Amino acid sequence: MNTFFQHVLNGITTGSIYALIALGYTMVYGVLKLINFAHGDVFMLGAFMGYYVAHALGLARSPSVPGAVLVMVSSMAICGLFGFLNERAAYRPLRRAPRITSLITAIGVSFFLEYGGQMAFGPDPKFFPQVFPKHNIQVGGVSTTNYQLIVVVVAVALMGGLQWIVYRTRFGKAMRAVSHNFEMASLMGIPTDRVISTTFVLGSALAAAAGCLYGLAYPKIDPLMGIFPGLKAFVAAVLGGIGNVPGAVLGGMVIGVVEEFTVAADPWVWQSIGLHIGRYKDAIVFGILVAILVLRPSGLLGRYEPEKV
Amino acid sequence: MRIRGGKGLLATAAVLAALAGLDRLLPAALDPYVFQILIYIGINITLAASLNLINGVTGQFSLGHAGFMAVGGYVSAYVTYTWGAGPAGEPPQGLAGELVLLGALLAGGLAAAGAGYLVGMPSLRLKGDYLAIVTLGFGEIIRVLILNIEAVGGARGFSGVPSLAGFSPLRSFFWVFLVAIATVFVSIRLVGSAHGRAMLAVREDEIAAEAMGIDTTRTKVMAFIVGAFFAGIAGGLLGHFLQYLNPSMFTFIKSFEAVIMVVLGGMGSVSGSVLAAVVMTVLPEALRGVKNYMPYGIDPRMVLFSLMLIVLMLTRPTGLLGSREIWDVFRARRRARGEGA
Repeated sequence: MNTFFQHVLNGITTGSIYALIALGYTMVYGVLKLINFAHGDVFMLGAFMGYYVAHALGLARSPSVPGAVLVMVSSMAICGLFGFLNERAAYRPLRRAPRITSLITAIGVSFFLEYGGQMAFGPDPKFFPQVFPKHNIQVGGVSTTNYQLIVVVVAVALMGGLQWIVYRTRFGKAMRAVSHNFEMASLMGIPTDRVISTTFVLGSALAAAAGCLYGLAYPKIDPLMGIFPGLKAFVAAVLGGIGNVPGAVLGGMVIGVVEEFTVAADPWVWQSIGLHIGRYKDAIVFGILVAILVLRPSGLLGRYEPEKV
Repeated sequence: MRIRGGKGLLATAAVLAALAGLDRLLPAALDPYVFQILIYIGINITLAASLNLINGVTGQFSLGHAGFMAVGGYVSAYVTYTWGAGPAGEPPQGLAGELVLLGALLAGGLAAAGAGYLVGMPSLRLKGDYLAIVTLGFGEIIRVLILNIEAVGGARGFSGVPSLAGFSPLRSFFWVFLVAIATVFVSIRLVGSAHGRAMLAVREDEIAAEAMGIDTTRTKVMAFIVGAFFAGIAGGLLGHFLQYLNPSMFTFIKSFEAVIMVVLGGMGSVSGSVLAAVVMTVLPEALRGVKNYMPYGIDPRMVLFSLMLIVLMLTRPTGLLGSREIWDVFRARRRARGEGA
């Protein structure tokens, strides 16, 4: 039973990182109906910014908690700025063009970050420093580290903050209005351009936070690290119902836990039916996605929208 | 584009003879590096033109083309490996060799078409971005499955795929460009046919198309099957040209490349896809020279390439040709000049 909870905790750790990335996908999709394929690479950028800020502050040698907070906040600020510039330069000019054009531009931005990252940071993996002291903790027989718990706690706190922004503030109301009906919102005097910019800033900052948390939990970072987490997070966003904030969180957790259990079940499945199921991890994630979409096309928490003629 | 009876046969014979002649001449006349790029251009033309049928003409957003290519590549390579020139076996000579090769490519194409049918099924229910992510998922599932089949090398890749030259005196250039021309020809003829009109109608407005009595389901699935068939053959050609296949060659990045070609060329424009396939293959190679001007041996090739892609999309959002064909552009220009004179 303890091993069971151990795996649940591991799954939730990965899942909360997926969820943070998925939130950016889902918000941008909500307001712009654009799959921002560059989002996974903003996550990578966040991890690297965290890495460089931590080294600039000398945290690798003298770890401290305020330093760690500063690392994360500055990484979020830098990536938020990047998200703002990215939307201004690459997506806003295409607002009136066919949607697929913005999508190709997003793929272009994604390539730019991956290859630019290889040029600027070097193609070899780097090791994210331990920015504050690491301990082992035993909680009711489940052994873990304070890092793993902090990843989950910070991620959940950020998700709660976003939930508050989206459902309790004036800006959140404007954002929901834009996502509901773009033209009507602009007719009602909502500054749609500013709402979209802010959405990009928020999403990119969350991705940066996810990047720093990822660096804590799995210290090896490289310029191509954003591709697969980005893709999985997108799957998570669709799974939960794209455009839906709690849905993205649920989707991320489900995918994290399913992945963890697929790998954990490997020795057992291998013994009973002779199949290395752990190697099919990615196929199973996408298989769930296909099944959900075919059975419930609007995702787990998405609203069904009947087609109007 | 109307070719009938004797004239058609004559044209076909002329094309075949020209391809066979070039097949002899080019490898000797060209630098091996340039020749390799030429082959990639041919394969990418097939890839772009076939995806254009799904994404451009029928308006279904597929991101799984690399998966179809992988299925075709692995199936045809397995066929020639097993029944052709296995580790010990002598490759069959003469006409038998050509038949094995043709059979293998067709088997690859048909297997990919089968996969296309399976992937096309969810497209009955899904639209736009949801379809995109499902096809992307299918492509990745196919890749993970191949990664775990030990008979074709799994993650190590499938080495020892026989070369095209082992089977027939006609080599890579002939086969690659025969397929490329066939794909383009079939695309143009298909778009001009009643089926093609139905595909365009589905793209423009699915509900209106259905109201006009078009079987939209059948049309969409057919687009997937035909597109996947040619992608599968392209995969087969790639495998036999490189004599090696690896699942990492068919990630979703490869599908992205194919989609970029279709969008860059202009959605639904067959000649646009061909043009974009050439541009997308030559551009990264042409940028190789920039490396000489950079300090520390930094290679900014792909960074420049991605920036050019962004700038191209910003300045020409409907692609190089829009939904026109290249001959429409020339015709319009001639007409304009005629009026001016």
